[in-house]
Amino acid sequence: MLMLELEGATKYFGGMAAVTNVDFQVNRGEIVGLIGPNGAGKTTLFNLISGDLRLKSGAIKYKGQKISGLKPYQICRLGVARTFQLVKIFNNISVFQNILLGALFGQSRHVSTAHAAAQTAELLDFVGLANVSCTPAKDLTLVNQKRLEVARALATKPELLLLDELMAGLNSTEVTEAMELVRKIRDQGITVFMIEHVMKAIMNICDRIIVLHHGNKIAEGTPLEITGSKKVIEVYLGEGELAYAGTD
Amino acid sequence: MNRVQLKNKNLYLPVLILILLVLLAVLPAYLSVYHILLLCHIFMYIILTVSWVIFSGPTGYISLASAAFFGVGVYTAAMLGYALSLPLVILSAGLISVLLALLVGAITLRLKGIYFTIFTFGLVQLLAHSLLWWEINILGIRGRFVVVVDHYTIYYTVFTIFVVLMLTAYLIRRSRYGLALRSIGEYEEAAAHMGVNVTMLKIVAFAVSAFFMGTIGAIMATNWTYVDPFIAFNPTISFMPVLMAIFGGMGQLYGPIIGATVFTYLEEILITRLPHLYMLIFGAAMIAAILYLPGGLVGLIEKWREKARSSPCFFKKKQKRGAEKRDVNA
Amino acid sequence: MIVESINILISAMLMGGIYALIAVGLSLQYGVARVFNISHGEFIMLGAFITWSLYTIFNINPLLSLVISGPLIFLAGFVLHKTLYRSIYVSSGGSTAVFEGNSMLASFGLLFIIQNLAIMLWGADIKGYSFLAYTLDLGGFVFPANRIVALFFAIAISVAFYLFLGRTRLGKAIRAAAQDAAAAELMGVNIKQVLALCFGFGTLMAGLAGVLLSMSFPINPLMGLDYTLIAIIVVVLGGLGSIPGSFVGGFILGLIGSIVSAIEPGLVMVAFYLIFMILLLVKPAGILGR
Repeated sequence: MLMLELEGATKYFGGMAAVTNVDFQVNRGEIVGLIGPNGAGKTTLFNLISGDLRLKSGAIKYKGQKISGLKPYQICRLGVARTFQLVKIFNNISVFQNILLGALFGQSRHVSTAHAAAQTAELLDFVGLANVSCTPAKDLTLVNQKRLEVARALATKPELLLLDELMAGLNSTEVTEAMELVRKIRDQGITVFMIEHVMKAIMNICDRIIVLHHGNKIAEGTPLEITGSKKVIEVYLGEGELAYAGTD
Repeated sequence: MNRVQLKNKNLYLPVLILILLVLLAVLPAYLSVYHILLLCHIFMYIILTVSWVIFSGPTGYISLASAAFFGVGVYTAAMLGYALSLPLVILSAGLISVLLALLVGAITLRLKGIYFTIFTFGLVQLLAHSLLWWEINILGIRGRFVVVVDHYTIYYTVFTIFVVLMLTAYLIRRSRYGLALRSIGEYEEAAAHMGVNVTMLKIVAFAVSAFFMGTIGAIMATNWTYVDPFIAFNPTISFMPVLMAIFGGMGQLYGPIIGATVFTYLEEILITRLPHLYMLIFGAAMIAAILYLPGGLVGLIEKWREKARSSPCFFKKKQKRGAEKRDVNA
Repeated sequence: MIVESINILISAMLMGGIYALIAVGLSLQYGVARVFNISHGEFIMLGAFITWSLYTIFNINPLLSLVISGPLIFLAGFVLHKTLYRSIYVSSGGSTAVFEGNSMLASFGLLFIIQNLAIMLWGADIKGYSFLAYTLDLGGFVFPANRIVALFFAIAISVAFYLFLGRTRLGKAIRAAAQDAAAAELMGVNIKQVLALCFGFGTLMAGLAGVLLSMSFPINPLMGLDYTLIAIIVVVLGGLGSIPGSFVGGFILGLIGSIVSAIEPGLVMVAFYLIFMILLLVKPAGILGR
């Protein structure tokens, strides 16, 4: 089943094209990666999907339904959740309540507070934050804040999860743990679409990868196909990252 | 902490509040008219401040529209006071304020912080000037007389509004909507991605706050007997609740009560002798506070908001108590 | 009909000139010194009342008052910044949000102080005086002399200040600081001095506007607030922080006010607020804003 379809997605900022005519699809149960040099338009694409930005032209469909004109809270309730490149947690609110909010408001149907609280407790265990549940979010370490964002997104019971650079700023061990978490999420039946720069993660957990450059999709395929693609290597030549795929 | 102690602690506060309320209810029988009206005045500011905090506290949108809603209440009483019974007048005042808040909220709650604040302030002046022009040019009058109501009725009406307000504020705060409002104040964009209909929630909270401001305006008008647009729509009524909340505390519910009580009492003592000296000293005190408190008044606001958010770790009842208590970080 | 139109135009230019002055003042204070000075209007009121006092008590020509009240009010602003706002800046620990919040609230406190001081000194009623209250006959058209003179000075001061900003070293330093205070400091601008001077110029503009206003209109100690709001409206209209924008915005608002005043005098403030609110909703960055 098609979870996400982009058809001719285009977005301009003033006179500048940020995203031009991007087409792709994400199937249920996949983990799809989105890579590209800085400024390629990856976060813009995420913002278009989650409803923060409006398309200039084209369409975005979720499970066959057009979501390109909807507001972020509506898209969330339909089952699309996301995390942010720079964590946007509720600083002065406890970890527990951060997640609880998602459980209370983000699900497609109304839940009682008790039920939401139970779900929150489960999620705390799932991401490994049970022992800091009453800490104000701003007092967490970066990696815990990222875990919190993921838990918060999961609390809305999404079927499609957008992860924006989850691994950024994490050390090697933390990256491995994060990769494990993403696999666990997929095992729960959630489709994952992730922007990443950390090649180790992308190459090892993604089923497919989409490559963006200057707002255009320049390649799409399995990790093996992507590392072999001349076009992609050229684009990344300045960054030198792709050549080291699979190593650390 | 064993179960019995916990129960006692939980009952302590509500019983105290109940006793206090009963005291306040019977107090008028023992006071002079002057003191009854003084209490009404204090209640008025408490109501304005707590109403203001319902919306502006958690969301951080500093509204200066309090005088607008209050003024609407005053004028509703002035215009309908002779035609309708008092309860209907009060209710109408509240509802008309709600309508105004819905309208203004829908238009302006998209504006960023300072623009929203300036806009709400402009609203007060706009209403005052418009009403003045309307009265002078179209109706040919200046000001109106309000129906007179005896002071016992005023007191009990004010008291009722107070009780209903406190109950409402408490319920909102403990509910999921209170949490959502606080999340809007922390990171509005993220709250939207959690499924919170941010716009609707802001507008509704704004409207709830306006309702109470309208009702208190209506009843206080009956005490003033004569009103005109500038008496009714007085910018001071917008500023004072903000300052009372900042000084008294925007976090818990008792904070605004303390701030409002202290200020109003001071005002009453000083205003009859030297009203302008009072305001002058007030201004100087503000500046002193800014200079000598760490972080000034902005720091104070942040302190209240932090206290408000981090302490209550709600809904922990169902949790594994033992394990959790070890790890609670207070 | 023609006389009416020209009178509207003169009124427009006069009010426009005054609005431009007070808006430029506020723009200097917020755009450069980053102080949102809610007590701005109170300095206008002070300028008006000092002039009134000098005229009614000592019979000093209001035009002379420009040279007396001006420097006084400038000094007041300058000292205020060096003491009050500088302390707030230092204690805000580098956070602009904290500084702007606290300095705005401090201005608020100032508003209370100055306004009530004025009421205590001069009483709360409306006052006025008669100066150049005759009419001038120019080519068959009749105009009130005091307004023409006030208009002349409003424009003269505006132009002088504009030249000052453009041609002098200090003016250039101010413009640099308005763009980027940190960078200006790195380029050798004595930023502390410049910020205090800017604030002082801001209050100076307000004071001078007050002098001119007192020549043509009645005054009262509560008049400040409406003018502060007009200044805010003009600054938003012309673009927050843009000094040319404030000039242009002032004249536009003066024209609008003048036209509305000719049709329905009581609705001038209403018209201003409506325009303001529409502007905020449509284009908060203003006409020439950044």
